[in-house]
Amino acid sequence: MYRYDAIDREMLADRTAEFREQCGRRLAGELTEDQFKRIRLMNGLYLQLHAYMLRIAIPYGALTGVQLRKLAFIARTYDKGYGHFTTRTNLQLHWIKLKDAPDILDHLAEVGMHAIQTSGNDIRNITADPHAGATADEADDPRIWAEALRQWSTFHPEFSFLPRKFKIAVTASPADRAATKVYDIGLRLHRNPDGELGFEVLVGGGLGRTPYLGPTIRAHLPARHLLSYLQAIMRVYNRHGRRDNLWKARIKVLVASLQAEGFAREVEEEWEKTDKAAVDLPDTELARIRAAFAPRGFETLPATSAAFEAAKADPAFARFARHNVKPHKIPGYAIVDISLKKPGETPGDCSAEQMELIAELGERYSMDEVRVSYEQNLILPHVKLDDVAAVWKALHGAELATPNRGLITDIIACPGLDYCSLANARAIPIAQAIARKFEDPALAEQIGELGIKISGCINACGHHHVGAIGILGVDKKGEEFYQVTLGGSAEAEASLGQILGPALPAARVPTAVDQLVEVYLRERLGGERFLDTFRRVGLAPFKEAVYAGAH
Amino acid sequence: MPVLIRWKDDRAEAAEDPFTAVADEDPIPRGDVIISLQRFQAEGQRLLAEGRKVGVRIEPNEAVEDLARDLPRLSVVALAFPKYQQGQGYSSARILRERFGFGGEVRAVGDVLREQARFMVRCGVDAFEPADGSSPEDWTHVVNRYRHVYQRAADDLAPAYEERQAS
Repeated sequence: MYRYDAIDREMLADRTAEFREQCGRRLAGELTEDQFKRIRLMNGLYLQLHAYMLRIAIPYGALTGVQLRKLAFIARTYDKGYGHFTTRTNLQLHWIKLKDAPDILDHLAEVGMHAIQTSGNDIRNITADPHAGATADEADDPRIWAEALRQWSTFHPEFSFLPRKFKIAVTASPADRAATKVYDIGLRLHRNPDGELGFEVLVGGGLGRTPYLGPTIRAHLPARHLLSYLQAIMRVYNRHGRRDNLWKARIKVLVASLQAEGFAREVEEEWEKTDKAAVDLPDTELARIRAAFAPRGFETLPATSAAFEAAKADPAFARFARHNVKPHKIPGYAIVDISLKKPGETPGDCSAEQMELIAELGERYSMDEVRVSYEQNLILPHVKLDDVAAVWKALHGAELATPNRGLITDIIACPGLDYCSLANARAIPIAQAIARKFEDPALAEQIGELGIKISGCINACGHHHVGAIGILGVDKKGEEFYQVTLGGSAEAEASLGQILGPALPAARVPTAVDQLVEVYLRERLGGERFLDTFRRVGLAPFKEAVYAGAH
Repeated sequence: MPVLIRWKDDRAEAAEDPFTAVADEDPIPRGDVIISLQRFQAEGQRLLAEGRKVGVRIEPNEAVEDLARDLPRLSVVALAFPKYQQGQGYSSARILRERFGFGGEVRAVGDVLREQARFMVRCGVDAFEPADGSSPEDWTHVVNRYRHVYQRAADDLAPAYEERQAS
């Protein structure tokens, strides 16, 4: 894993000194809240309904034990003892005092962490496949490229005042665990028939008010030209993206207006004029970053583990093994999912004690690596099969062993109206009510893979457009209503959900989900997932079930 | 004369501004002037022929490419930032410096604040009309605050990957 060197650390030190000074000017009254806003937003500090919220970047979702312990310390010392992992693999602390913010940034900097560009109209935290370096199906380690992008995009002099925020995701696996089709730029790393590493470049995906799946503007960009090509994309966007209307300012609107071909032409023209050698990373630097992510310390083990198989005699462990344990590229190892979705809890929330336990498990059993996924779960990427039962036991004792990865109770939800000043409706209580309805793990298992995604407003932080069942909070004359969509997916075969019918009052939502599930269980053939059944039978039977008798 | 902040040799200094910024509806006074792109296209050749110095103001939605042929005879390109969120000028500045090799003054005008100073300098802006009352000392402080950069731009700072190679 990449460790910050002296230069990276001095960048953070300079940043925290700057922010301390800026906070001082605000606290001394030299800056108004309005003047301060543009400064704090560039440091991940939002003013929310009840307090300041600090959004801490977790580049490509990768954490070490020391970093996670530090997050626990900060949550305990400066917040209410917990944090919230987001769909952008950041950690949000919702109860921050402004006077503490500079100290928090200092603490973060000590462990190579920060809140740089977690807000503002700039290039945000870079996300990547959370199984990077552990999965057999990747063409390369996407973290190498995500780290190159992290550095390149940090304090970028030209792209820090874009028309709107800008998000980049990298995957190197056809399974696309990074949702690249719904990003401003999605990068899919692969090898072409000649064996050359390159990126399929998708631009203009996004959720929000007008959802789009990003079209491909280049099928195979030689990997070494990533930065110069991205500079060309960003420059076209910075110069031609709309700034007159907040709702039309994302790059997806520019791409849609020029069509993918037209946009690609503009990018290629700009790229032709670019001095690529001045922008692209030299091979030596790429090699330095690559070396930091090189696999090390894996033991030669048999592909199966007698201890792992024996532990499955406990049905609870067997269920955990079925849903939360994934194959690893190295024989004898596994990827272990830690669910932050215990029914009744807030999706993505993690207490300081839980963080510390996970940090310890990561250090002891997972080569000091912990990952955050956009589904708001944590992952131990490199656990020996022999150790999985011990890890499970420890997780179980901390309410972290819910065996629901990918199941109906593994719900994505934004903070919603409980915290966020943008929200129209609450998301968390809806998620909790649905999860409770399906909390019997046998029932959840019977239903199988089903992603429910809930957003408290049209900004779609809860990714509702790409939920197999998507739920969007809307405000109807001061009352919270929820619009349901079906058939969305952010994975390889990405699709946007279709609206089921008129929005439902909050109390009706869990029942409606139940009705949708009943239709699915009735209609499904063989091993179909909810999504497969929906794609085959269409909206009608689901609509009928939810709205019959409602008129 | 209004006071400018000029960036030279890694520090900011106060400088007299010899140019008059002329609105399109106003007559052109004597002396050195900064005029709009549209007006330059209509009257620029005549003004230059009079032997005075001419600068052109580029709005966020205007392309510096339209000035490409005239750049050798221009003293100033003033990039307008009507609101700080309108960041097109950062790209314009880099294109002027890096693509066209423009050696005259690139000036930032409008909602120009201390927080943008470093980004602007890195993109090749070397004169400022700050809107926040910043002094040259403030400007020098914020621009030089960071010891490193991660990417090449229009300045001559070596990016981190070159520093690493050298060490």
